[in-house]
Amino acid sequence: MVENRPFLTFLSHLVLIAGVFVVAFPVYLAFIASTHGPTDFLSGLIPLLPGPHMIENYSTMLTEGVSTGGAPPLGTMMWNSLIMALTIAIGKIAISILSAFAIVYFRFPFRQTVFWAIFITLMLPVEVRILPTFEVVANLKMLNSYAGLTIPLIASATATFLFRQFFLTVPDELMEAARVDGAGALKFFRDILLPLSLTNIAALFVILFIYGWNQYLWPLLITTDADYYTIVMGIKRLADVTDAEPKWNLVMSATVLAMLPPVLVVIFMQRLFVKGLVETEK
Amino acid sequence: MQTKRTTFTNRGLPYALVLPQLAITAIFFLWPAGQAFYQSFLRQDAFGFRTTFVWLDNYERLFADPSYLNSLWVTAIFAISTTVVSIGLALALAAAVDRMIRSARAYTTLLVWPYAVAPVVAGILWWFMFNPTIGILPYILDQFGYDWNHSLSRLDAMVLIVLAASWKQISYNFLFFLAGLQSIPHSLTEAAAIDGAGPVKRFFTIILPLLSPTTFFLMVVNVVYAMFDTFGIVHGTTEGGPAQSTNILVYKVYNDGFIGLNLGSSAAQSVVLMSIVVTLTVIQFRYIERRVEY
Amino acid sequence: MAGIEIKNVRKTYAGGVEAIKGIDLTIPDGKLVVLVGPSGCGKSTLLRMIAGLETITDGTIEIGDKVVNKLEPAERDIAMVFQNYALYPHMSVRGNLAYGLKNRGTPKVEIAERIEEAARILEITPFLDRKPRQLSGGQRQRVAMGRAIVRQPKAFLFDEPLSNLDAKLRGHMRVEIRRLQRTFKTTAVYVTHDQLEAMTLADKLVVMNAGRIEQMGKPLDVYANPQSLFVAAFMGSPGMNLIAVGELQALGVGLPDAIPASTGTLGLRPEDVTLEAPAEPHIVIDASLDAVELVGSESLVYARAQGIEKDIVVRTPGIHPGEPGDALTLHVAHSALHCFEQTTGRKVEIQRAA
Repeated sequence: MVENRPFLTFLSHLVLIAGVFVVAFPVYLAFIASTHGPTDFLSGLIPLLPGPHMIENYSTMLTEGVSTGGAPPLGTMMWNSLIMALTIAIGKIAISILSAFAIVYFRFPFRQTVFWAIFITLMLPVEVRILPTFEVVANLKMLNSYAGLTIPLIASATATFLFRQFFLTVPDELMEAARVDGAGALKFFRDILLPLSLTNIAALFVILFIYGWNQYLWPLLITTDADYYTIVMGIKRLADVTDAEPKWNLVMSATVLAMLPPVLVVIFMQRLFVKGLVETEK
Repeated sequence: MQTKRTTFTNRGLPYALVLPQLAITAIFFLWPAGQAFYQSFLRQDAFGFRTTFVWLDNYERLFADPSYLNSLWVTAIFAISTTVVSIGLALALAAAVDRMIRSARAYTTLLVWPYAVAPVVAGILWWFMFNPTIGILPYILDQFGYDWNHSLSRLDAMVLIVLAASWKQISYNFLFFLAGLQSIPHSLTEAAAIDGAGPVKRFFTIILPLLSPTTFFLMVVNVVYAMFDTFGIVHGTTEGGPAQSTNILVYKVYNDGFIGLNLGSSAAQSVVLMSIVVTLTVIQFRYIERRVEY
Repeated sequence: MAGIEIKNVRKTYAGGVEAIKGIDLTIPDGKLVVLVGPSGCGKSTLLRMIAGLETITDGTIEIGDKVVNKLEPAERDIAMVFQNYALYPHMSVRGNLAYGLKNRGTPKVEIAERIEEAARILEITPFLDRKPRQLSGGQRQRVAMGRAIVRQPKAFLFDEPLSNLDAKLRGHMRVEIRRLQRTFKTTAVYVTHDQLEAMTLADKLVVMNAGRIEQMGKPLDVYANPQSLFVAAFMGSPGMNLIAVGELQALGVGLPDAIPASTGTLGLRPEDVTLEAPAEPHIVIDASLDAVELVGSESLVYARAQGIEKDIVVRTPGIHPGEPGDALTLHVAHSALHCFEQTTGRKVEIQRAA
């Protein structure tokens, strides 16, 4: 800091506190709503202080679900979300690190073509090719399955580029020394490159876990069987009640549960999260 | 393209290594994209019995369709508003945190976690707050004489999704601005201080210009985010209404294709969207190339 | 134990750039051969071709009478010390030393013995369980050496191993490397751009330029008898004074008749230029003092002579008391003159009067 300006510092704190308030308030309200009974919403305004029904609401949602909403218990949906997030994160990392290794440490015919084929996936998010992708998955009989939920999402140009970028910064001499020391390609990958990539893998894992957990459109398209609903898409079904006000206390407890795992990951792995976020965009 | 100075000599191994990635890319990315491209030239009759090749007819109809033009317009407004709001707020927060020494980390933690909230969840949180009967914000607005109702008012609906989308994106922009601010050497601001520039002047004449690469990058990323990652926000709140006032392109392509089952039009919309993503990606990578030269 | 035989080796890169333009070189068993030259002369490429890290476009390389052109680095039984050491950052020092042996299936007991032995010789025993990043530059250098030693290879290959160290440590490690190489009597190829390192280390010195061997021989022979303008200028610090014959004649310097007519440039080592007249026949150049650098034990006097483009550097013992502008008379014994041909830059011998 060049100089000390108490007023500016005060102003900065003010801005930040306002910012934190804006960021936190919607979630605070959701949490408060999830602690009230169903009748507390009839008074005409959202309550601002916690009510006594928290445990009751959450246990209802986790174990029974809301039959009228057509949603299974949240426990099942959270389990599905967990499987989806973990499979996508691990799968993306595995196939990306292998292809990045091939692209950086080998020269082979069609290497350039492979690179571009991977690059192009950046330009084809699910949202722009909804129907044909759905058809492919349907033809492969992967609707309503974990494979269908995850495999189509685990090709990733960004993860491949991150590893490629990192591998390029690993000194050439390490690979040469390993070769002189008698290590072949796979041995070098396992003994040297993989241990050196651990931080990058962890950072990427955090980002990809969040990505996988928060998938919405894809599970919406390919699951019609409630056994495969993920919690993020399940919420929408809970909130969708045609003829009545939603059961706010239950919807909001589901909402809190849906965002809890990824938010906790960000808060407790903040360093890795920031690293992963900033580096995948390079 | 870069490799290592020396490379391994195995012949088959590299192909085995790229195979999983390529297989998934080909089956779930390239093939469907090609299908979309192909189908955009076809039309099915009402019963799905006959398919005819109609050249660019689907595109011509699309761009003559007022609801599609409306969707383009709505998307543009939504993307620009979301970008401006979330970048502006994030810059203010990042500049404030950059002044802090001991509390910087705590504030950062308190500001970054909305990144982890799914778009649809963000939508539902704001939808709840703006609920016309029990929401707290309409209650407050009512005190000022404004009758909020996003299920009737086009403006209210747009404001709702812009706020929800911006709220979720602030943390992302904040982190990039903070990284940008922290990479500006202290010697520069110190030199400016010696040259007689006060803190506010320093911010606008030194720091902001130096942040312009970050700002430009974030603008592109935010537009991409607003256009393609916000399906959940719209689906979770307004569902495109009222009167299509929040029917952004990705929501329309879903609705027309998946719900309305209009294959040709949906495919043509997909192709238009793809060309938008390609353009934005090229812009983004041009920028990265330029940044490398510095 | 094995010598290395390099026969008509060439390297052409995919883009058509010729990095090595035909090199024949014998590296005798147990000797330390230094490849020296400016950056881009091909010395590192040649070393990496011996190591098997670069392919050989043409010619053969034999290690211990076995052609190794097609062998993987690991199969050539060599060990290499890299400029940046290339220690595996996630392994302890012990792990670094053991890695190559493990890959070769060396029994555990023997690995442990060899590591103990190498660590004792290099005095790195206290650091065996540390990670490379916890070590100083000099310690890392020793570990890199240790990794080569434990392997007990047919040959050591050194790729500018000291250039990341500060001047003092570099001098120390230079002596160390020489001592170790003598102890193990392992054939060694050492690449450097530092001519002082080259002079002090080499059994055999190879000066390279633009992909070719410019001159090779015992270091002092190369120094005393540079065979080309390039070697004359490259070896020695400060380098040889190189003066066009025409400039000296224009100045009225009486040159001996023995200088061949084809000579274009005369070379004078700074230490061969004296301020007092020697007893033997010599040439005389009138000059004025331009600047003096006092190094301590000796002085470098920069003398300016009319019509001669560059200052003539004179190395003289002790402290020279002169001031800029002082008149100087420079003397060079005829026997100390080096003559280089006008057209080729090659050395031409002075015709000795019978």
